[in-house]
Amino acid sequence: MSNIHVTTTVNGDVMEFLCEPDESLMDALRDRLSLTGVKEGCGSGDCGACSVTVDGRLVCSCLVLAAEAEGCKITTVEGLAKGDKLHPLQQKFLEHAALQCGICTPGFLVASKALLDRNPNPTEHEIRYWLAGNLCRCTGYDKIVRAVVDAAAELRRTA
Amino acid sequence: MAQDAKFEAKGRKFDVVGSRPIRPDGIDKVTGRARFGADMTMPGQLYGKVLRSPHPHAMIKSIDVSAAEALPGVKAVITSKDLPDLSGGDQGMKDNLINTLARDRVLYDGHAVAAVAAISNSIALKALKLIKVTYEALPHVTDVDEAMKDGAPLVNGGAITSGMEPAPTKKSNIIARHQFGHGDIAKGFAEADIVVERSFTTEATHQGYIEPHACVASINADGFGDIWVSTQGHYNVRTTCSALLGLDSAKLRVTASEIGGGFGGKTVTNIEPLALALSRKSNRPVKMVMSREEVFRGTGPTASSSIWTKIGAKKDGRITAAHSIIKFQGGPFGGSLVDMGAMAAFACYDLPNVKTEGYDVLCNRPRLAAYRAPSAPMVTFATESVVQEICDRLGLDSASMRIMNAAKEGTKSSYGPTYGPIGIRATLEAAKNHPHYSAPIAPGKHRGRGMACGFWFNFGGNTSVSMGLNGDGTVALSYGNPDIGGTRASLSMMAAEELGIPYEKVRCVIADTATLGHNDITDGSRVTFAAGLATIEAARDAIKKMCARAAKTWGIAEDAVVWEKGHAKPAGSNAGKFEPLSLKQIVAASGNTGGPIAGHYEVFADGAGVSFGTHIADVEVDVETGKVTVLRYTVFQDAGKAIHPAYVEGQYQGGAAQGIGWALNEEYIYGKDGRLQNAGFLDYRIPVCSDLPMIEAVILEIPNPGHPYGVRGVGETPIVPPLGAMANAIAAATGVRMGSIPMSPPRLLKAIEEKA
Ligand code: FES
Ligand code: FES
Repeated sequence: MSNIHVTTTVNGDVMEFLCEPDESLMDALRDRLSLTGVKEGCGSGDCGACSVTVDGRLVCSCLVLAAEAEGCKITTVEGLAKGDKLHPLQQKFLEHAALQCGICTPGFLVASKALLDRNPNPTEHEIRYWLAGNLCRCTGYDKIVRAVVDAAAELRRTA
Repeated sequence: MAQDAKFEAKGRKFDVVGSRPIRPDGIDKVTGRARFGADMTMPGQLYGKVLRSPHPHAMIKSIDVSAAEALPGVKAVITSKDLPDLSGGDQGMKDNLINTLARDRVLYDGHAVAAVAAISNSIALKALKLIKVTYEALPHVTDVDEAMKDGAPLVNGGAITSGMEPAPTKKSNIIARHQFGHGDIAKGFAEADIVVERSFTTEATHQGYIEPHACVASINADGFGDIWVSTQGHYNVRTTCSALLGLDSAKLRVTASEIGGGFGGKTVTNIEPLALALSRKSNRPVKMVMSREEVFRGTGPTASSSIWTKIGAKKDGRITAAHSIIKFQGGPFGGSLVDMGAMAAFACYDLPNVKTEGYDVLCNRPRLAAYRAPSAPMVTFATESVVQEICDRLGLDSASMRIMNAAKEGTKSSYGPTYGPIGIRATLEAAKNHPHYSAPIAPGKHRGRGMACGFWFNFGGNTSVSMGLNGDGTVALSYGNPDIGGTRASLSMMAAEELGIPYEKVRCVIADTATLGHNDITDGSRVTFAAGLATIEAARDAIKKMCARAAKTWGIAEDAVVWEKGHAKPAGSNAGKFEPLSLKQIVAASGNTGGPIAGHYEVFADGAGVSFGTHIADVEVDVETGKVTVLRYTVFQDAGKAIHPAYVEGQYQGGAAQGIGWALNEEYIYGKDGRLQNAGFLDYRIPVCSDLPMIEAVILEIPNPGHPYGVRGVGETPIVPPLGAMANAIAAATGVRMGSIPMSPPRLLKAIEEKA
């Protein structure tokens, strides 16, 4: 089968690529558009490292076909900072040492932003359940949860 | 211990050490710019994939690769024929070769049999399906107790057990026996008022790093090669790959990518030699990335175990004797590190009579790799379960009984050496005095509290560090260990502290194998200790040179110059005679005083300083389902000196979480067919965010005599106590004492029902 032509908006830029019919959005973002901040931990929807938003909805990009992205608006971790200004989540992850190896971090940031976009003042319980689809093997989640709580407070202050 | 005199920071007020600056690689890691193993491409690269055995044990009768080779887009197919045996009698290298690519037989489900390089991933995957392998199945065994029985199928031909007197005459699956201890256990048990003996099993677990193994390799026709790889030790990748492929070490340059977790699992090579062999055959760069299923079937895991433990004590709780027989499932080559288990089993306690015996047993399972404090979690589960049972039966306070028996400075350890200053008693006392210990458990049904201690040796080893000083007052620090959890930050801090310059002025890079002398693998909690020690010494080397330049500038003797707060100052009779010179001034003028200035240091760092911790856990058990919820968890551990306390806490929390996962859910499940049944994160369940509470981390600082600032490794010990702490908490909550790990809902429910 021949490749499919896809036009999509990624982090605000209109982009085009060709993909195989069975190619995942994760592979297309990483290999065709060089957005390697999208990480692969499992390829089966179990780890959340490949989290992106598609039209505002949080998805595992390994479970979405690249061809489905036609006409969609996609945000990856590369789209969180505004120029040299980090998103408050990024800043708080650094201040709280919420990453050790950092492979899970892009997925956690994208997922946390999707949470705070919906719920600016989540409880610890809500944060833990929202992020239950993102695996981190290094931190035990303590500092990640604290960073999200702190970033939410910061966003409420500046909103 | 040899380097007892290194610690010299008593009472020193640190400027940088002990603060919590943002890590230098931080922005790259929160913006997606950090390049991990799979994030690299080389021009013209191919994609490599591996064909793996579906059988746990079988002879390979034939491999036909012709159809795969004929598929358009396939550029190379390799089998064991492409990796001739160059091991020359080195058994470790031979095992490595066999594991890299099966030769006449496959030894476990997931064993690599052939590999393909093609112009796309999808073509490489199609080509794998076209390779025809004819197998002749052999009987297999995956359980350690089964493998030790007479008449068990011999794995990989079996072995004559080493460490037995007299040596056995017949081959078996027991590849080695180890023994440690001192005193007379028969006499000790005779003196006891109470003796408890129990049997335990633990299942194999995987390190579970989120980043699968990945590399890109390239070899040219002249033998010069490059690999970019996610590894805990790029020098080791160079040594192993050059030996397996017959390459000159100097021609193979290995660059470590950012590493997405390892925990011991990335201390060995897997796909790297295959990528190089495919590159050599195709004459193109080859990229290889494992799938998650391959990670589970083909890499890691740790040993499963079967342990018998017996402890005797007086009525007051004083232990009179301890004995443990420890059997580890060691994969197809052995090397289960059961010897470390036998050494660690009773290391927390001061015992007059102690004996441990360890058996390393061959099974048809993947070759093992170290997993964080390898072997200690399993043996400690057994020890701490029996210690707690004695406490409970004698009606003693859990912390006080352990404090009474705790090892201290001068104790002859159960594995031989006599301890220097150690922190086991301090962590127990901190636990006993902490509100978590005295607070009543939050009210609720079937709730209980457990405690357990743990130990790890810590390593030092070969280390080489170099430091270039720049004319603008900045410093480039090169070290040779992948940064797995903030070591760039901690080394930059030690360099800044010693040089007396701001942290932000240090740029820390991880050098490739062509740039620095040899560095051992990032393992054994060694980097902040050993590379830290080397960084401090490299800074001192640079300071000495800068003082000499200042002396030359001023025309005074070198020993009349001191270094203070980032400046050379005239001292003694010259004090105050010249304006101090800053690092920046000295280096900017270095062209006139003798040329560039750099510091370096090479060392085999011993004196790593052993590490102890104590954990307290509160749990609730749902007796209808067997599900355990962790309500509260506190870690107490001696860090020697915490350089960057936030990353020390992170090690405590992350290790505790891994231990909790091991205790409650994680296990390799094998069917009767010898195949792994749960090779994915859906069925191999590691803890998720909603499974855990906040984990309180309490840092104690009992300086390690072997390090200038007193640093001890902190990474391994936190995974050691949780198995015992959880078992003890579950026993307190339900009255059911679990002898098998994991204490997963079906197993715990069954035990609760059997008791009722
Ligand atoms: S890679 Fe998509 S969920 Fe793991
Ligand atoms: S920081 Fe390593 S997996 Fe989360």
